[in-house]
Amino acid sequence: MTHAVEITGIRKVFNEGRTNPVVALDDINLAIADGEFISLIGPSGCGKSTLLRLVANLIDPTAGSVRVNGKSAADARRDGDYGMAFQQSGLFDWRNVVRNVELPLELKGWEKAKRRSRALEMLDLVKLTDFANNYPWELSGGMQQRVAIARALSFSPKLLLMDEPFGALDEMTREHMQSELIRICADTGSTVIFVTHSIPEAVYLSNRVVVMSPRPGRVAAVVDVDLGPRSDDTREANRFFAKVTEVREALRGYEHTDALTGGDMR
Amino acid sequence: MGAVRIDRNAIRRSLLFVVSLLLLAVLWEAYKLVGPEAGGKILGARLLPKAENRSMPHVWDMLSRFGRPEQRGSSGSVFMAVLAGGWFTFRIALAGLLLGLAVGFALAVVMARFRIVERGLLPWLVVSQTVPLIALAPLVVSWGGRLHVGSLTWQKWMSAAVIAGFLGFFPLAVGGLRGLSSPPPASVELLDSYAATWRSGLIKVRIPAAVPYLVPSLKLAGSAAVVGAVVAEISTGLKGGIGRLIIEYSREATADPAKVFTAVFGAAAIGLAMSALVAVLDRYVSRNRPKEMFA
Repeated sequence: MTHAVEITGIRKVFNEGRTNPVVALDDINLAIADGEFISLIGPSGCGKSTLLRLVANLIDPTAGSVRVNGKSAADARRDGDYGMAFQQSGLFDWRNVVRNVELPLELKGWEKAKRRSRALEMLDLVKLTDFANNYPWELSGGMQQRVAIARALSFSPKLLLMDEPFGALDEMTREHMQSELIRICADTGSTVIFVTHSIPEAVYLSNRVVVMSPRPGRVAAVVDVDLGPRSDDTREANRFFAKVTEVREALRGYEHTDALTGGDMR
Repeated sequence: MGAVRIDRNAIRRSLLFVVSLLLLAVLWEAYKLVGPEAGGKILGARLLPKAENRSMPHVWDMLSRFGRPEQRGSSGSVFMAVLAGGWFTFRIALAGLLLGLAVGFALAVVMARFRIVERGLLPWLVVSQTVPLIALAPLVVSWGGRLHVGSLTWQKWMSAAVIAGFLGFFPLAVGGLRGLSSPPPASVELLDSYAATWRSGLIKVRIPAAVPYLVPSLKLAGSAAVVGAVVAEISTGLKGGIGRLIIEYSREATADPAKVFTAVFGAAAIGLAMSALVAVLDRYVSRNRPKEMFA
């Protein structure tokens, strides 16, 4: 069976050949199954956003290969196999909500009636039908982020790449958005790679949490999370806290070894 | 509710304009009352203008001059002459502005597309603005005269429009470049993730993003084009516009000092008309934009 994403022997060096090369990622191997929800977690500078951009084919690896749906990352990008969402919603001020969701469809040459009905379908999915004709700057941060998710899903990609999409939201909105995202992914059967700084967020959302260590960015541990269907009660369950602790200790683990071997640690 | 507030703002602004005009007239007359007839010196430099009627005619003399015939015995009033000249010059300035917009924006697009063009071209654009118009005018006229494209024969007013455009394109090229490069890296990555071509990214994202940057540039370019048109008329010897009227009327300044001021007012009115046109355009293009961006 082909995996949704297959990352093999990835190494990424910025400024290669210059006086200040930075090894952002080294020896990354990861296989993600169809429909799986994967979180990348780690401190700043561990290369988690870089890894996401490599899967998106926005940058090229120094060595190794990325395959998406059995294709090269470049082909997958051209075929619209994935949608992206960032921390800043990145909506365009001059387009109202529904036309923001339509933008990728416009770029892919969909005809007008078809893309309008699809965009409205997506807004229904994120429960923003009533705001279709509003402008992004009239919406709250959480609503803007929901529009961005609707936009990322508009052309029905099988894979969703998200770079701290809820990072700028307050805690209450954030938890609400997490539940919404799980519902949306269940509805659409999407595979998700989700970059985050938050341990509870990673545990709540994911099937697997990939813990990364910095300088150079490596996979320090992979924590399986089998909490079954999520609900608000999940957040208060003991096994949820147990998983949070497991991820936290995995994050600490490499710091201890770092300290013992006299590595760079602040 | 929003519309009401805007209207009230517009009324307040036009009231302020009228008040400032009146204030200017009062200042003018006040200086005539107290200023030295033969001019005066400050710290040894001749700075104070002569307050006598030949140098500074009374406001009412200048205004009433509009109503009287242009020449003794001629049928048309000065007002009609200034109006006709103003309309003539306004059209030249507008043609120059449109030319400047086309050229300036095209340059901005090429510079936004190729960094190397930006580095090579931008310094020359700056240099271009230091060329004196007086030197440029005869060149444009002679190049234009040699130009034969199909049935198009070069008209003198086209030379003036080209010179007006030469002043107008610069702020549009610079503002356009800033606007086209304004989308943040995240927006550019988003376009890449859709595998959008540069051209579709330009049309769907970069050009709309450039609009708020183009509006102030257009204001600058509009007044530059008016100045360019007036100066170009004078330096190419073009008849029919306000620049020509200023020259003609100033020859009669000793006998009829109020007359030249009517043409000067006409030139100022063209500038106002141009900025009003840009303001209307601004209102139209920024109707669906967040208001903070335009504060």
